[in-house]
Amino acid sequence: MTTYLLTGARLLGGDPTDVLVADGVVAALGARARDGGGQVVDADGLVLLPGLVDLHTHLREPGREDAETVESGTRAAALGGFTAVHAMANTTPAQDTAGVVEQVWRLGRDAGWCDVHPVGAVTVGLAGERLAELTAMARSAARVRVFSDDGKCVDDPVVMRRALEYVKAFDGVVAQHAQEPRLTQGAQMHEGVVSAELGLTGWPAVAEEAIVARDVLLAEHVGSRLHVLHVSTAGSVEIVRWAKARGIDVTAEVTPHHLMLTDELVRGYDPRYKVNPPLRTAADVEALREGLADGTIDTVGTDHAPHPREDKDCEWAAAAFGMTGLETALSVVQAVMVDTGRSTWADVARVMSGAPARIGRLTGQGRPIAVGEPANLTLVDPSARRVVVPEQQATASVNSPFAGSELPGRVVATFLRGRATVLDGALVEQGVHA
Amino acid sequence: MRHLLSASDLDLSQAVLILDTAAQMAATQAREIKKLPTLRGRTVVNLFFEDSTRTRISFETAAKRLSADVINFSAKGSSVSKGESLKDTALTLQAMGADAVVIRHQSSGAPHTLARAGWTDGAVVNAGDGMHQHPTQALLDAYTLRRHLVGDRGRADATGRDLAGVHVAIVGDVLHSRVARSNVQLLRTLGARVTLVAPPTLVPVGVDAWPAEVSYDLDDVLTTGPDAVMMLRVQRERMSSAGGGFFPSPLEYTRGYGLDARRLAMLPDHAVVLHPGPMNRGLEISADAADSPRAVIVEQVANGVAVRMAVLYLLLAGGEQAGRTTEGRADARTDETRVHA
Repeated sequence: MTTYLLTGARLLGGDPTDVLVADGVVAALGARARDGGGQVVDADGLVLLPGLVDLHTHLREPGREDAETVESGTRAAALGGFTAVHAMANTTPAQDTAGVVEQVWRLGRDAGWCDVHPVGAVTVGLAGERLAELTAMARSAARVRVFSDDGKCVDDPVVMRRALEYVKAFDGVVAQHAQEPRLTQGAQMHEGVVSAELGLTGWPAVAEEAIVARDVLLAEHVGSRLHVLHVSTAGSVEIVRWAKARGIDVTAEVTPHHLMLTDELVRGYDPRYKVNPPLRTAADVEALREGLADGTIDTVGTDHAPHPREDKDCEWAAAAFGMTGLETALSVVQAVMVDTGRSTWADVARVMSGAPARIGRLTGQGRPIAVGEPANLTLVDPSARRVVVPEQQATASVNSPFAGSELPGRVVATFLRGRATVLDGALVEQGVHA
Repeated sequence: MRHLLSASDLDLSQAVLILDTAAQMAATQAREIKKLPTLRGRTVVNLFFEDSTRTRISFETAAKRLSADVINFSAKGSSVSKGESLKDTALTLQAMGADAVVIRHQSSGAPHTLARAGWTDGAVVNAGDGMHQHPTQALLDAYTLRRHLVGDRGRADATGRDLAGVHVAIVGDVLHSRVARSNVQLLRTLGARVTLVAPPTLVPVGVDAWPAEVSYDLDDVLTTGPDAVMMLRVQRERMSSAGGGFFPSPLEYTRGYGLDARRLAMLPDHAVVLHPGPMNRGLEISADAADSPRAVIVEQVANGVAVRMAVLYLLLAGGEQAGRTTEGRADARTDETRVHA
């Protein structure tokens, strides 16, 4: 395996240091790193982060290979600086058995661009009625620890209670897509001033908040841990803040798009902005940024949701919900959190690597950058600026809400256990399958 | 004016120009030979994804009176029902050389998508999209109101006049109504004052940003002496949307928000009653009200043809005189809201 010497890298945005990557681990730091030789990567002015971990992607395989495959999705992940991603369960067939989660896990291992951890469905077929065989998935080769019906809410309170209790046996976590289904029947966008004018059926904030409130109380009652996916409203942030203050074992996620975009964008009826939960108001965006900065929100998850062209090249109501995000996530977080002075790069490492790895119970990911630790690393050039061109991305789909936008930051290199998956901002094809 | 997608596309001078042009068109319709040669050789496609015989016939009549060729493309019995997308339908019509596409669609924003996606070069006229807009309905309502309420209450020429000082009550299912949305915007542009009257369940969240007052009490509003009452149709097909249950029973709705003989008598002598049709007699409007001399509902239909003639004329033959398109606006907004800080 190639040995790499990263020269002058700013660890978590700190002072420049040399880093030696050898034999899959961080072999040396500082002056001693120079002793090891190796291929030099000029990291002058670049920020070194632990490899990013995403608790929330849709890789679409098996079933919707026209939108994404594990191969194309993990290429996108590596380019985005990720060394581990979780693949949501709403595939076809659904990831609700040991067989399917092992299939996805193997596809990830064979692709080799980053670790792929399949998320297990909470209920059979994501139908919300009876629990899937969670233990079988936990004990499979995929070692599933995160369970979610994402895309659908586990709305039945009894089913949710049972799931929260049941996964304690193997230290799992239920990741909830908080959406009260009756309150969001036919919903097309955030319910408020813009939906009133556009004549689109509203998705009220309360439909999310009611489930978040119920679930934190359920988690408290049964003493389980709960992860709330894609928190999108100021009210949800408040409830999670309250729950944490009360000692409830809850973690929460926000997506990059909810940190940057608002429902005003829907005015042109461009389906690129159609997503679930929907883009909210500027006040919600502000509350999400504040929640992420003060630790109420634990993680940034992309909710990378590729869709084939025809599912967005149509009128609003006919379009699919979802946006791609793996190749823009770090840039968006830099733009809204770092460049605004709300967060440090150490905070970014926490919300995009450490915390998601801990919630997913991953070993060897989200670790500190220290001698002897697995070399899962991401090197970022924060001074770069780039215009997002979806057609040039590695993801197989083009439904990026940031198309044509200029974003700060560029992932220069990604290392997966010491092997470069990305160098000079490009995928390293050679030796990937070795 | 390149397209007519929303009542909010129109500024005051554009709106008045359409009303004045409609008046000229209406004058030609009193002649023995009603047909004008203005749009000879031009093709107008009526693209209807939703049933609406009345609106389609109105547009068809308007286009034919201007000598345009008219193609009626109905979703029923066409390739649309076989799963053809809006895009492919639009590309097909483009290939056939449509100069204008009059579109009725069940999805809010479909006319915007058609106009902005580059699928057609033709002018797009929104003939009703979901719960969003129905701009020619608002124009024909405004035209009708102007005829009756402006210029010495219809006795003098109203050309060039707006609706300043006119008070209009819009009553009923505001939540699902594209007629209400279009009228609120256009009436405001024309200087009228609007009061929306509905049960709270049929008022959209976010209505506070609209340039209109909201009341839950029809009798209260009628005692203030509005110049016009516009009754909205209770859209039975929408009463099961978003969870349904908007009011306990039709009877209770009628008691609270129906226009009957008693309420009709509360109106000032000059006030008129409008309804976009088709009416649910006995639900939102009683026969007494619908057939009273104050009801201008049948006249609305006739005015609809004149207004649609004016719109097609201005879009297809009016050149730049009706002003600029609003296409730049949505893009500018997009950039503003993509806040980075």
